[in-house]
Amino acid sequence: MTTDLTPAEDNGRPQDAPPAAVTTAVDPRLLVRQEGFAGYWSEFGRKLRSGELGSLPVVVGLIVIGLVFQLKDSAFLGAENLSNLFVTAAGTGLIAVGIVFVLVLGEIDLSVGSVSGLAAAVFAVLNINHGMPEWLALVVAVLSGTVIGALHGFFFARIGVPAFVVTLAGLLGWNGLMLQVLGSDGTINLDDSGLVAQLTNHYFTDISAAYGLATLCVAAFFLFSYRDSRRREAAGVPSRPLSEIVLRTAVLAVPAFVVAWLFNQYKGLPLAVVIFLGVVVASDFVLRRTRYGRTVYALGGSVEAARRAGINVAAVRISVFALSGTMAALGGMFLASQINAANQSSGAGSLLMNAIAAAVIGGTSLFGGRGRTWSALLGVLVIQSIASGMALLGIASAVQYMITGAVLLAAVVIDSLSRKTQKTAGRV
Amino acid sequence: MPAAPVLALRGISKRFGAVQALSEVDLEIRAGEVVALVGDNGAGKSTLVKTIAGVGPADEGKIEWEGRPVTVDRPHAAQELGIATVYQDLALCDNLDVVGNLFLGREILRAGVLDEVEMERRARELLSTLSIRIPSVRIPVASLSGGQRQTVAIARSLLGEPKVVILDEPTAALGVEQTAQVLDLVERLRERGLAVILISHNMADVKAVADRVAVLRLGRNNGTFEVCSTTQEEIVAAITGATDNAVTRRRARAAEGEGEQ
Repeated sequence: MTTDLTPAEDNGRPQDAPPAAVTTAVDPRLLVRQEGFAGYWSEFGRKLRSGELGSLPVVVGLIVIGLVFQLKDSAFLGAENLSNLFVTAAGTGLIAVGIVFVLVLGEIDLSVGSVSGLAAAVFAVLNINHGMPEWLALVVAVLSGTVIGALHGFFFARIGVPAFVVTLAGLLGWNGLMLQVLGSDGTINLDDSGLVAQLTNHYFTDISAAYGLATLCVAAFFLFSYRDSRRREAAGVPSRPLSEIVLRTAVLAVPAFVVAWLFNQYKGLPLAVVIFLGVVVASDFVLRRTRYGRTVYALGGSVEAARRAGINVAAVRISVFALSGTMAALGGMFLASQINAANQSSGAGSLLMNAIAAAVIGGTSLFGGRGRTWSALLGVLVIQSIASGMALLGIASAVQYMITGAVLLAAVVIDSLSRKTQKTAGRV
Repeated sequence: MPAAPVLALRGISKRFGAVQALSEVDLEIRAGEVVALVGDNGAGKSTLVKTIAGVGPADEGKIEWEGRPVTVDRPHAAQELGIATVYQDLALCDNLDVVGNLFLGREILRAGVLDEVEMERRARELLSTLSIRIPSVRIPVASLSGGQRQTVAIARSLLGEPKVVILDEPTAALGVEQTAQVLDLVERLRERGLAVILISHNMADVKAVADRVAVLRLGRNNGTFEVCSTTQEEIVAAITGATDNAVTRRRARAAEGEGEQ
């Protein structure tokens, strides 16, 4: 009674004492990882071959982009350029976080650009024209995004209009409302020293701020991984060895401290980056560690299965679109902060495409059910790097659009191919 | 039979507009028993299962649970009694891993956060007590074979500690090896003292695992047979309603052909 438990043969055998077999029965077909680094690498290789690429392509892409532009212009990897790059990325990145939720659900939100512009206009009109206190105007503007998103969700989930069409109507309609709200002037300048202006212009100049945040993130990552691993050990389920946790922490620590050092070379730790990182971490937690997040993934996998499991499909859908609208409005505040104004071109142009492209380039699947909010961070860095590098080299925006388009196409191709490989590799 | 039936249907009738889908159907099932529910297409198998699962309540008739009459008018009521249904289209989320699917809709929380460790531990425990072998409980269900997916779907129905499990065509579209795996699992359910209602078109499967066969024909009972003392022909005859039917004629022709050679 040791290891030869092929399923066809244990049929007639009385097996009434099952739990005792847990320790011994090792089926040769099971994926048992070897201990140590050798096992880690073989597991890594297996994942690559079976199409579970994760964020590998985008990390490789970032490195290539960095090297190419650095060779062309040595200012690219300089502290000033990178610090500005991160700050500019925050607005689009926040919008992309909302897009990740919608994409995981298996839907699309085309209205985020217009909603971000409208939120900026609402803030400007309430604060500047009507003299509403800045914090209250900010809250109202962001909540208007929530309401608009919930409205999209209602039409999609309750009425049954395809999300594509609802949000396409929103793209036009909210842009029109923004022009209406802005009125004849077309441009409203914001208070130079106000709350919203500070969003992208405030820096924590003390060098301990950036290093402290990096240390905090790395330490928290290590502690959570370590505690999780100990609990897994205690429960007798597979756990990461300490060596692997240390390795992963080191892989996180290197970029964290390099970026912190870079920020300190320029103006210090930007407030925009702190907020963006905080939102990414919090939304990642919601998506992967809470029951709500699990239902979002489940809906992206199979609506019918989710419904049968007792999930309130309509409520989850509406909430996801509301979240997307909220993130769009919040992102709009950061974008308005950069130009310190709300104008007729707020939220227009390539913003929508950039936000969706950021989510997809970062590794979120367009087909639903797969993706993490970290992909918004990685993807928006790619987009912003390209934009920043091109601007540095003085390349026309025509070329810039074409290259960003090509990168987006490449990301979708990788997504489609990895889905295919996953299916074929999985079916043994 | 000494034990009282865990679930008994008495005189179930159901009408859809002009169609009398079920009339006066009786069915009894005891703990530790596999009852195959067979019948031709449109015989009323699915309708009967829906009345038990609370999806489509019957117009007339009584459902008795452990001897006392109950009403099953909602899926939730069936689940509370201890009736679990595994539908033909498995209702799994391809993108979630095995643990995620097993606990979908009843996740275990720890301080408001998903307790992945506990869920994984329980998933492994459940799968190992059922001798279900899966490459890893942390791979997406999409990469499992059809038989493995079916066993995951069945295992999932067991998390609610049911007393009656209804399997709707569990071996349809499965290969030989995979069918054997699912039939093994059905036998293990019986060993654990569960009552299993198995809907199947496959006579070989029915003969292999069922204790009794309940035949439905045109919405009525058309006999209940002890599997060990019944031939396949008798069951087929009950399903089609006559000894002279396409199946027996085909058999007869084949026999003649052999005789001539």
